[in-house]
Amino acid sequence: MKTDWRERRHRWDIRYAPYAYIAPYFLLFAVFGLFPLLYTAWVSMQDRNLLDGDAATFIGLDNYVELLTADPHFWNAMGNTLSLWLFTTVPQILFALGVAQLLNRRLRGRTFFRMGVLLPNITSVAAVTIIFAQLFGRDFGMINWVLGLFDLGKIDWQAGTGSSHTAIAAMVVWRWTGYHALIFLASMQAIPTSVYEAARLDGASGWQQFWRITVPMLRPQIIFSTVIATAGNMRLLAEPLLFGAGGETGGSDRQFQTAALYLYEQGFKQFDFGYASAVAWLLVIATVVITGLSYLAARRIRTD
Amino acid sequence: MRRTGTMVGVGLLAASLLAGCGGDSADGKTRITIGMFGNFGYQQLFEEYEKAHPEIDITDRTASYSDHHKNLAAHLATNNGAADIEAVDVGYINQFKANPGQFTELSSDIKDRWLDWKWEGSLSKDGKQIGYGTDIGGLAICYRRDLFEAAGLPSDRDQVSALWPTWEQFMATGKQFAAKAPAGAKFFDGGPTVLNAIVGQAPTGYYNKEDKIVVGDNADIRKGWNLVSQGVADGLSAGLLHSTPQWNTGFKQGQFATLACPAWMMAKIKDQAPDTKGKWDLAAVPGGGGNWGGSYLTVPKQGKNVDKAVALATWLTAPEQQAKVFANAGLLPSAPKLYGEQSVAMKQDEFFNNAPVGKVFTDAARALKPQYQGPKAGDVQTAMGNAMLRVEQGKQSPDESWQQFVADVEE
Repeated sequence: MKTDWRERRHRWDIRYAPYAYIAPYFLLFAVFGLFPLLYTAWVSMQDRNLLDGDAATFIGLDNYVELLTADPHFWNAMGNTLSLWLFTTVPQILFALGVAQLLNRRLRGRTFFRMGVLLPNITSVAAVTIIFAQLFGRDFGMINWVLGLFDLGKIDWQAGTGSSHTAIAAMVVWRWTGYHALIFLASMQAIPTSVYEAARLDGASGWQQFWRITVPMLRPQIIFSTVIATAGNMRLLAEPLLFGAGGETGGSDRQFQTAALYLYEQGFKQFDFGYASAVAWLLVIATVVITGLSYLAARRIRTD
Repeated sequence: MRRTGTMVGVGLLAASLLAGCGGDSADGKTRITIGMFGNFGYQQLFEEYEKAHPEIDITDRTASYSDHHKNLAAHLATNNGAADIEAVDVGYINQFKANPGQFTELSSDIKDRWLDWKWEGSLSKDGKQIGYGTDIGGLAICYRRDLFEAAGLPSDRDQVSALWPTWEQFMATGKQFAAKAPAGAKFFDGGPTVLNAIVGQAPTGYYNKEDKIVVGDNADIRKGWNLVSQGVADGLSAGLLHSTPQWNTGFKQGQFATLACPAWMMAKIKDQAPDTKGKWDLAAVPGGGGNWGGSYLTVPKQGKNVDKAVALATWLTAPEQQAKVFANAGLLPSAPKLYGEQSVAMKQDEFFNNAPVGKVFTDAARALKPQYQGPKAGDVQTAMGNAMLRVEQGKQSPDESWQQFVADVEE
């Protein structure tokens, strides 16, 4: 009987120990992730002032109904978030592939450049926005100055929908391209050189090698990057907030108000905590859906 | 006081969340933290107070206008992280006084220090005082002497004041200015600023006394809206939204010749464009009187040193200290006792070509008819600024934009 007991303990050990090892993460997630998520769900079903939790009343799904059926500002913010998602995610991945490809070559001071691409990512958003505000200023911005040199007139970047989205997307892409490039670079180096040698023997050009070998081989990393970029974009707050000089309406006509910014406005300007929580939950759902869609899209990269 | 530092933004938000803890400092002193936005002119006063109270160590933190108030809301909501003393602007005081339970009730014994309407502005519906008044706005027009001269207009302040007894005449002067103005210089900074000044003069603002938004039926505001829209159409506006980085640059570049000036605005001009010293001057505001901005000091209940914080807030807002703030930062006192004092009434400002700021603003304060501010006056003001900006950006006609604005705020 004794050996039997030991045997069983050994089996348990093999079976359950890994769970114990990863438990700390899930404990932390439960405290800092799951609990806030559920609490937000509870608050989202209340009519609740930010400063007066005691006076909150339970109203079921009313907040959601109002958001989905009677709040054009919410839909406008969702539209802007989607537009910025397209404007940021696709160029980010494409640029990152290009940068990674360049960094993968034998060049002088390789480490310097490889570290360099990460610099934009560790710069604070506030600093980035100040610099980009100088670039995209209406009267004294650098881009308009250059346009002026060619008599092309000037663009009021904040006023238009397309122009403001372009400016904000430029900040995001600039900031995150290097991060994704390093991820791509790491896995590019894992691709066996024999594959490229064989392709060269078959007469494949550099371009063909890139699209037919490198990109398909990077599929898992591209999927990862797309998911990360999508999730990040869905909670885009600081860039549009600071681009609009601290105004949470995102421009005079909410032309660049993202969903996260709308949440911020509802919660911390209007003090409508219940309503803001409902926005947060809809944002969670939208993030899951859109991340899923971009996962499916990125999975279509051919691997043959 | 309404001084949006703007771009400082999110970094400060994070920093102040971390810096929230009050309590005792290492050397056994009691640390009193005070949260502010913009320049309250308190630095010398802090030193003075620390000298008189060696056991107190004052730590101040400053964020931009909107960050400061949003941080305060978050700290009150989570019952954690607020400073011992928190400044609140008139644009936000109504939202906070709706929940007086978050704040220490301040003594009414010294009520007589303040203008009646200033006192009542921070009084909750059930009669609790949550904040002692600091400054009030008052109104004047700051103008650029050099640009006026270049455009062939008089530059002497009395003559300039005589140009515009009414806002209609102000706009007419603007057209004269535009006809001969130096390249790149417009008459006023932006429609929203001028409109704020006009709204500040109306007997009724955005709300009626029952806290209902009545902006759609307010003939005074509509009249001002039409007048300013016409000014924009006539090319008098530099199209800048106040308190944005572009607006700050506008000072340095001389993009506009006039600016609606509550007293605190002058400190802002000095901060933004020190090189323009002597080029500015101060004239009377069209329509006489008016108010824009002004702040209160509150003591959140969650603080660890509430009694000492109340003592400091009381001292900082006492008439003697308000007089010092007026002397060194030009913020108009809310203590009427000072308006008769020579040191205040005779104050001149070198930066503004020795303009008699004391006389101009104390006159304005005396003539001021207080306007009732509803719960979300600050939000309505933002929405109106955005509405005017849409007109300036050519996105909507004045009528369309007005209708959208009214629909947005009255929904």
